[in-house]
Amino acid sequence: MADREFGIETLCLHAGQLPDPATGARVPPIYQTAAYVFDSADHAASLFNLQTFGNIYTRIMNPTNAVFEQRMAALEKGRAGVAVSSGMAAQLVALLTILQAGDEVVSAKTLYGGTHTQLAFNFRKLGIDATFVDSDVPDNFAAAITPRTKCLYVESIGNPASNIVDFEAVSEIARVHGLPLIVDNTFATPYLCRPFEFGADIVVHSATKFICGHGTSIGGVLVESGKFPWDNGNFPTMMEPSEGYHGIRFYETFGDFGYTMKARCEILRTFGPTLSPFNSFLFLQGLETLHVRMDRHVENAKAVAEFLENHSAVDWVSYPGLKSSPYFDLAQKYFPKGASAIMSFGIRGGVESCVRFIESVQFLSHLANLGDAKTLVVHPASTTHRQLDEDAQKAAGVQPNMIRISVGLETIEDILWDLDQALDASQNL
Amino acid sequence: MIVDDIQSLRRILKENRTIAMVGLSERWFRPSNFAAKYLQEYGYRVIPVNPNYESILGEKCYPRLEDITEPIDVVDVFQRSEVVVPIAHSAINCGAKVLWLQLGVFNHEAEELAAQAGMDVVVNRCMKIEHARLFGGLNFIGVDTKVISSTRSTWVN
Repeated sequence: MADREFGIETLCLHAGQLPDPATGARVPPIYQTAAYVFDSADHAASLFNLQTFGNIYTRIMNPTNAVFEQRMAALEKGRAGVAVSSGMAAQLVALLTILQAGDEVVSAKTLYGGTHTQLAFNFRKLGIDATFVDSDVPDNFAAAITPRTKCLYVESIGNPASNIVDFEAVSEIARVHGLPLIVDNTFATPYLCRPFEFGADIVVHSATKFICGHGTSIGGVLVESGKFPWDNGNFPTMMEPSEGYHGIRFYETFGDFGYTMKARCEILRTFGPTLSPFNSFLFLQGLETLHVRMDRHVENAKAVAEFLENHSAVDWVSYPGLKSSPYFDLAQKYFPKGASAIMSFGIRGGVESCVRFIESVQFLSHLANLGDAKTLVVHPASTTHRQLDEDAQKAAGVQPNMIRISVGLETIEDILWDLDQALDASQNL
Repeated sequence: MIVDDIQSLRRILKENRTIAMVGLSERWFRPSNFAAKYLQEYGYRVIPVNPNYESILGEKCYPRLEDITEPIDVVDVFQRSEVVVPIAHSAINCGAKVLWLQLGVFNHEAEELAAQAGMDVVVNRCMKIEHARLFGGLNFIGVDTKVISSTRSTWVN
């Protein structure tokens, strides 16, 4: 009998976990342990040589984290995942697995501010250069590729402008150049979009957002498709004996999960951004309802976008689910179930009006997160993208009068009511 | 029969314990050596088949499958796809029950030959990876095993 291809809702609830072998517990136990006993000296040697699979030390692997990793790999329809301590760590580990001093990454310029800073500032200190391109024209990526380029990087939905990169076109450029395309799929989640189906090779997430869903935990995860040909000549460190892990050749030894094994054994192991198993437990709780929550997030977001578009205090609304959005057609292609629940809008009157708006909301929360069950609002120019100068802010899609909203699961009439009264207040300076 | 589903792979890995590994390398970092060492640790008898060595991982190494004097359950092939047909003939002659072609090894003619002879045939899969996928190991390192079940797992240590 052929194996059944289970639906994404079933995977949200079951992938990666069988009832606990020791106790029969149906829910994944929190394995709150730093280390694991070895059965013998030979067993320990085999584990360290990666000749047998097993647990060594929680900095490298943990059974609760492994359930989360496997569930994310299944949801993304990838081969394998690695859980890490934050979304920033997910990018860091994903990139450092293939980049070293002298290499370059070509990235969309519309990025989360922290990501832009990581690439433009922190990576430069390590001798890794980033080139930022206008991602509305996919050919810009091809034009920026040099012999030193090792990967392309985009967000499936850009933060905070909610722009959409035609990443199938970008993945084709990556394929022609023999480079992997890394996609940050945080805004969409695998329920709304699976970038591997459009040619991406590596997906990264901030699990803090919709995956967690309740704003309780910081974490991240990277997933590989298992389909990238690391033996194409551009990635000697995937092929040659690893200096960082006693001579293992990761691609030859582990094949279609060689990249994540390298990420785990060379980068996670020595840089140390380990995820707490308790956070994995909370992410698994979140994933069990991901499909139900995302449908409602999207439904509420559409209502908010239409409300804002018709409000007299609002200059413009950027939400790819709106027909007026230049990204509407791309949204239909990549996010047929809805273009997530984050949007930005401009308040008439500029920065002062934005401040008045933020100070006037009654239950919408002013904070620097998104993808929470609660509705969140933030003024990016003064918070998440504050480290960028005005030109870099504009390049990243941040305008001075822009508010970003992450639409939550409260009663939709209440969300619209709070927006309405705060917008009215913003105009009475 | 050519098999690819979880139930059949589980049965094959449970019922067959003696594996002749054709093309097993003596060098510890080669994938074949990794697989052999792993399978030995899980109680399988591994018989190396390679004309270049006297013994590997503590087992006497034979130049050809025909030279092995004891019963073989599985012929596990770490060779280029184009040389697999004669190995399939030898596997049939040896009375092996399973022809297992490793990752990247395909040969339609050899697969059909073995299937016609009543053998189970597994193609383009690694015996170690499949064991780890279905009996526990891959569950520790975030690989999607595709196993969905409400039965308590019976992982081996």
